[in-house]
Amino acid sequence: MSLVADRPPKRKQRSWTAAVRERAVAAWPPEKLLADKQPSYVSSWIYVFGVLSLAALAVCILSGLVLTLKGPSWWHDTGVGLFFNSLHLWSVELFFFFMVIHLWGKFWMAAWRGNRVRTWITGALAFVVSIPTALTGYVSQQNFDSQWISTQAKDAMNSAGVGAFFNLTNFGQMYSYHVLLLPGAVILLVIGHILLVRKHGVVPPFELEQKSPQTSLATQPTEPEPGVQA
Amino acid sequence: MIFRRRRPADADPYREWKGGYRSYDLVKEFSIALGVVTLITLLLTILFSSPDEKPSTIKQWSRSDPIDFVTTAVSELDGTSGTATYGPPYNHNGSGQHEWFIYLQKWLGVSHPINTARDYVLAPLSSITGEPQLKSALSSYEHASAKQQGAWTTAYSNALGKAKLGPGDSVSVTPGAYGPVRTMMGSLLTLAQAGGLDGALLTSRQFYQTDYTEPLLFMADGSVLANRAQTEHLLGNQWGMMNETGSYPGQSWLWLYTFWYQIKPFSTSANADILVMTVMGVFSLAFILVPLIPVINKIPRWIPIYKLIWRDHYRALARGN
Repeated sequence: MSLVADRPPKRKQRSWTAAVRERAVAAWPPEKLLADKQPSYVSSWIYVFGVLSLAALAVCILSGLVLTLKGPSWWHDTGVGLFFNSLHLWSVELFFFFMVIHLWGKFWMAAWRGNRVRTWITGALAFVVSIPTALTGYVSQQNFDSQWISTQAKDAMNSAGVGAFFNLTNFGQMYSYHVLLLPGAVILLVIGHILLVRKHGVVPPFELEQKSPQTSLATQPTEPEPGVQA
Repeated sequence: MIFRRRRPADADPYREWKGGYRSYDLVKEFSIALGVVTLITLLLTILFSSPDEKPSTIKQWSRSDPIDFVTTAVSELDGTSGTATYGPPYNHNGSGQHEWFIYLQKWLGVSHPINTARDYVLAPLSSITGEPQLKSALSSYEHASAKQQGAWTTAYSNALGKAKLGPGDSVSVTPGAYGPVRTMMGSLLTLAQAGGLDGALLTSRQFYQTDYTEPLLFMADGSVLANRAQTEHLLGNQWGMMNETGSYPGQSWLWLYTFWYQIKPFSTSANADILVMTVMGVFSLAFILVPLIPVINKIPRWIPIYKLIWRDHYRALARGN
């Protein structure tokens, strides 16, 4: 008789690291994270505005990084500085333009269907947080626009009590918010949004009214390829 | 107790696509998008650059419009200016805006204290040395009763309504019972015109300065900023801060915030800011939670714009018939 054989088997030690890795790989297998196939219904110009928003954000961050490296006064004094400030301004304008069209497109697709509510919420939050991110940029310009916008917008902030800890007329505070805290929040939200898009895929089209069985989602023109989703 | 049974994932037809796929290159798509957006941004930059109107300074203001400067300074001294009567977060001289019984502005308290008489007039004047007449005037003012101070500032304020420009951009008023106020304002104007007040109003006592609250609020109490803003179509009734100097698009995404200020009751309310913030807070929350709001989340199904978006897909389905 063996004593060892009678003992209950030891529970397998599972580290937090392993648990995180396993969950991450399960949620985002490489073929989902960097998909090389997408559903056949993704065939409209409206889909372009998501990636255009992302590209505009990239240009905005890169031009902002150059401005940050040189300091807040540089762009007033040099032609190169003004050039990078202009790149930054126009990339912000394009970012909002593309994002608004992307959001409207996703609204008319009801893109929250099929367990995609969090995808909508992270996208909408990215838009909402982008607004104070841009505002803090406008009040950090150190020119007349900054003076006017900060002295006007302060009343709205103060009326809601926000002015007690978010002072638009304090350049130092606004600059910190603009180059670090708020863009950091936007970037995190956008990363979360993209991961959710990769995980759940692009929302399928509405089923049409059931006039005939062929119009159901179950009947598709091409053969499915299991395991791969955009 | 009633338990709601969770809907199984496979009962939701939109959860997982079971149809066909086609080839797609994610990295290539992003690279092309980045290239296109970079090109458009470069083109806009080359064509339109970006606006950079020089900021106003107190020195410039006191030289270009000395009467407005002195009128503003007197209102700071007698506590009647916009900042002096603002309330939180600058002082306790007002309760601020509120909605129903909610006084957020008051409850969050005074976080950036400003005593306009001390900070904008008395302290800068005290820093001037070698002017015995000014020292005597300051002493007279500070030792006078509040009633006497009020009588002097009111008389001087009224006289400023008919003031004329004197020699060297000074302000000339008819003789009156202004006590020491006239001397004080003369010295403050001289200090401002020399550029001294711009530095004196920076709030930090350290060498490095980053907080422009005091000089900005002082200038905002006068008309120097508003006059420039009117020329640039930036006033509140001109769709305000969503615009930018010059013919630039500005913060067009703020149109809905700015819109409320153009219509009643917001445009005439003393609590306009908190009303607009409340409306926009509710709208923002609704926008974020659209998927969870009944009726709103059904609109895309009722208005079939989706048929346009997915027309290729539906055509393919029809061909399958």
